[in-house]
Amino acid sequence: MSGGTRTLVSPAVLARPRGRAVYWTVFTGTVLLFALAFLFPVYWMVTGALKSPDEVARTPPALVPEHWRTTGYTDAWDLMQLPTHLGNTVVQAAGAWIFQLVLCTAAAYALSRLRPAFGKVILGGILATLMVPTQALVVPKYLTVADLGLLNDPLAIWLPAVANAFNLYLLKRFFDQIPRDVLEAAEIDGAGQLRVLWSVVLPMSRPVLGVVSIFALVAVWQDFLWPLMVFSDTDEQPISVALVQLSQNIPLTVLIAAMVIASVPMVALFLVFQRHIIAGISAGSTKG
Amino acid sequence: MTKTVERPAEAVRTRPARTPPPARKPARRRLAAQGRAYAFLLGGLLCFALFSWYPAIRAIVIAFQKYTPGADAEWVGTDNFTRVFRDPEFADAWRNTLTFTALALLIGFAVPFVLALVLNELRHAKAFFRVVVYLPVMIPPVVSALLWKWFYDPGAGLANEALRFLHLPTSNWSNGADTALVSLVIVATWATMGGTVLIYLAALQSVPGELYEAAELDGASLPQRVRHVTIPQTRFVILMLMLLQIIATMQVFTEPFVITGGGPENATVTVLYLIYKYAFLYNDFGGACALSVMLLLLLGLFSAGYLRLTRSEGEDA
Repeated sequence: MSGGTRTLVSPAVLARPRGRAVYWTVFTGTVLLFALAFLFPVYWMVTGALKSPDEVARTPPALVPEHWRTTGYTDAWDLMQLPTHLGNTVVQAAGAWIFQLVLCTAAAYALSRLRPAFGKVILGGILATLMVPTQALVVPKYLTVADLGLLNDPLAIWLPAVANAFNLYLLKRFFDQIPRDVLEAAEIDGAGQLRVLWSVVLPMSRPVLGVVSIFALVAVWQDFLWPLMVFSDTDEQPISVALVQLSQNIPLTVLIAAMVIASVPMVALFLVFQRHIIAGISAGSTKG
Repeated sequence: MTKTVERPAEAVRTRPARTPPPARKPARRRLAAQGRAYAFLLGGLLCFALFSWYPAIRAIVIAFQKYTPGADAEWVGTDNFTRVFRDPEFADAWRNTLTFTALALLIGFAVPFVLALVLNELRHAKAFFRVVVYLPVMIPPVVSALLWKWFYDPGAGLANEALRFLHLPTSNWSNGADTALVSLVIVATWATMGGTVLIYLAALQSVPGELYEAAELDGASLPQRVRHVTIPQTRFVILMLMLLQIIATMQVFTEPFVITGGGPENATVTVLYLIYKYAFLYNDFGGACALSVMLLLLLGLFSAGYLRLTRSEGEDA
């Protein structure tokens, strides 16, 4: 990939001294722009929480905190009950992930391989939900969850998360591509469907399961409107909702520290799996 | 739809052995196989029925009802629609949403487009650029919104500090009726453009190098090469990204809710925000569903366009 493909600017131009000078100018400019636009706001947030309340309100602001105080972070942890809210978010995200993995995988496998009667109608109905943007249906969905008595219950996050046509279709398309002989060989060996799914299909599906897992976790962690609606009980609220509810009544430095803490898990997940995540997003464009 | 309903039943009845492997199983075994298939399908199917299909139908039903949770619903014809239409916030919400979408298309699409073009030319630090541009996408949207609310603070906010540093006049940003909506578009663009950059970058890499070479031999300048080679070659991805962006930005909620609370003077009330207000502030679920149905119809049009586009492209490839 490096240097092999020809792009807008020809390699010949880049080889000339003037071309090289322009290239390095543009390169440096882009690095500075990216650092300023994307890294600096994050730096400002992390260091803002280390400043004293006076210092954070001072103009012009200091680039580096005078004294590195960690009280912002410790106060946020204690005063805003971050352990509770982070714990709620973890429970909600992990449950949604497990429910999606189990139920979407089973349903996708059935639609792909087990030829249920009316399978095509069901698949059509599932794909049709892709046309209905989720946010536009939050109110009737809320009423349904309320009728089921699931308000202030993590099930209100877990069960609707399963109705994810995008992930289900991703899994089904992957299962469609598994060669028939592989599955038939297992069936001839006397394995039941559950056994075939568990010990033949799933091990082959690790890449797609990884993608679905990341999508599932990130979606719940980042969501705001839905948990805002279904968790009126403060003790059950995930961190995204709690941050906004509490943002009015706490000192700025403490709020900023809480924002940093709320971002750490997703940013860490991203840094660990960045290759897979970036490759997955890039692949999305070519496969459609 | 009706055609597909008939097909499986027909297949079972009239052509049992067309698909070779399961030659002809006895009826009882076939029934057992169906039972197994539905056992696998059941959990997922139930979730779709309860949380996707039923709410879609229910939105339409409640749009024509006076609905209070726990009480009997009353049919009220088109009262909900007329009441919502008369609400002065209705026009504001639609105007704001459409302006937001248009601005997001203008700023939120042009910026990542140019960034991707530049990144595709750079041969160093590729991983750095990709990680850094996607970093804001991984920060929870609520945190991005609160972060920018702090930047826009008229007192010690970073946005005005930057303007003062450059000796430019300061702005009211999200606190001014004229500038609030643009300020929110900047937040949304910052927070989401990583995805657009990465997807467009991948598309740029599939443009054959020979085309650029040929264009250069014909004496095409750099802007001409962008116009006559890059854009036509990536037309499909551009259109797809635009549609996705329209669908996403028409449902904007978090930024106005967290940063401006819909103000100042309703300058940032969006349709989804209004739906939220009808349901949770006015307890008017009929009005909320009437609004939802309108939003649904409009977004459905764009979604249908998107699906059609991806489908036809998938068949070409």
